[in-house]
Amino acid sequence: MWKWLHPYANPETTYHLSDRVIPWFGWLSGSLLTIGLVWALLFAPADYQQGDSFRIFYLHVPAASLSMGIYLGMAIAALCGMVWQLKLSDAAVAALAPVGAVFTAIALFTGAAWGKPMWGTWWVWDARLTSELVLLFLYLGVIAINNAFEDKQMAGKAASIIALVGVINLPIIKYSVEWWNTLHQGATVSKLGKPAMSLEMFWPFVVCFLGFAFFVATVTCIRFKTEILLRNSSRPWVKNLMLEQAK
Amino acid sequence: MEQGNVLSYFNLFKLVLSRDLKIALRHRDDVLNPLLFFIIIITLFPLGIGPEPQTLAKIAPGIIWVSALLATLLSLDRMFKSDYQDGALEQLLLSPYPSFIWVLAKVIAHWILTGIPLIITAPVLAGMLNLPTESFLATFWTLLLGTPVLSFIGAIGAALTVGLKKGGVLLSLIILPLYIPVLIFATSAIDAASYGLPYGGQLAIIGALLVGALTLTPFAITSALKVSTN
Amino acid sequence: MQFDSITAFLDMGGYGFFVWLSFGFGLIALLTLVLQSKSALKRAKSDIAKRIVTEQKQKLAAQQQNNHR
Repeated sequence: MWKWLHPYANPETTYHLSDRVIPWFGWLSGSLLTIGLVWALLFAPADYQQGDSFRIFYLHVPAASLSMGIYLGMAIAALCGMVWQLKLSDAAVAALAPVGAVFTAIALFTGAAWGKPMWGTWWVWDARLTSELVLLFLYLGVIAINNAFEDKQMAGKAASIIALVGVINLPIIKYSVEWWNTLHQGATVSKLGKPAMSLEMFWPFVVCFLGFAFFVATVTCIRFKTEILLRNSSRPWVKNLMLEQAK
Repeated sequence: MEQGNVLSYFNLFKLVLSRDLKIALRHRDDVLNPLLFFIIIITLFPLGIGPEPQTLAKIAPGIIWVSALLATLLSLDRMFKSDYQDGALEQLLLSPYPSFIWVLAKVIAHWILTGIPLIITAPVLAGMLNLPTESFLATFWTLLLGTPVLSFIGAIGAALTVGLKKGGVLLSLIILPLYIPVLIFATSAIDAASYGLPYGGQLAIIGALLVGALTLTPFAITSALKVSTN
Repeated sequence: MQFDSITAFLDMGGYGFFVWLSFGFGLIALLTLVLQSKSALKRAKSDIAKRIVTEQKQKLAAQQQNNHR
């Protein structure tokens, strides 16, 4: 496997690979999202308790789970960068952080807009909401430190360190927030019980989730290309590429 | 190699620690200002919330700990700054000694200069906030175990931002979220003590956080310093 | 199809405001992300291209100066 992976440590190869996969990911994401969202908004049955407000689920849950998945992916990239000194890993960290932050923000916003009709309030200091908010702060920290350095290489390394420190802390924060919540919360919020989801509701969710996942892949590849170009701007292959494209 | 030129790890630790303490004691403002800041912030809360003893007693643990977080944050900036500017940091990184030792010494020096003054003044301020006397001991223990964690985690941010011109705000942005667990367990220990409940569990968790920070953060701090000095 | 008319679809059983608020925010956020990512890539490319052009010009000027001597 290492032999097979080895060429992708070369920025040029990886740049062209992401260039090739972007249209595929883009089309997959676009069509899956179209099918999934039309299905979710028009054809999926309404929840027997929550009525049509349940349809926010199809945006909220994919955004929330992807926001955590992206952080994990970012931390794995950061670890690879630390261990094998791969410069591309730092570029991946820098590319993933803004995408993750946007998905976290969507999860928080849709959670608030779902909570208002269901719980009667935009925000509760529920353990899951609070951890998601902290996750947003962690993302913003990674982005801020990445922007603070003039030198792109240094910025990527600094962002990797913060991403790694964050991922070690994330379980501790999550656990402590849950513990804090059970201790302090007087009247427990009637959490959304997980009713066994019917298949009619489940399939559009799967389609939506995959659509959003491919969306993440597409945008990350675009940002990854930008990061690679900025880090290798004086290499001959970038110069040749730019000259070719200018023609 | 001559024996005389080689420092034992313990001597290295002592050397860096005493050097940092000596330097800090010659700039007393650096030690006093965060403490003053801590006291002023705590004074602001009763002015903003109102003087009812019951309300103050209820929020006192939170006030004391949030102020301690902010005061520590304020003092983090200077942890590596002067050594970075005069090149001593680079020399330390180039030295043949394991960075773990001298990073540990520097962080502990920082804790002695900021954490211990907070621990000493906290009971007075807790009394002013009408914290029940039962929680005084808990306040002391949480601060004793918790403030070193703040120094260790904060040192990562200080090491990353040492080369930046406007690192201060950035430092708080990246470090404050990581302080949440300490804040939660410390305040709840003090809370539990005020109801006469046992708070050993919370203290044990803060102790575990301290041990984890003690063993893991020096590696993160070293790699952050390597990034900053490049 | 769960809805009888377009108004019923927009109303979402009384939850229209919240549902469309969520999806509207999501759409705007994702669109902004895509557009920002694309424009950043374009900007990076044009910056690099500009730098290459200036470098070439400088090289040419240096050569011409050498020729005059």
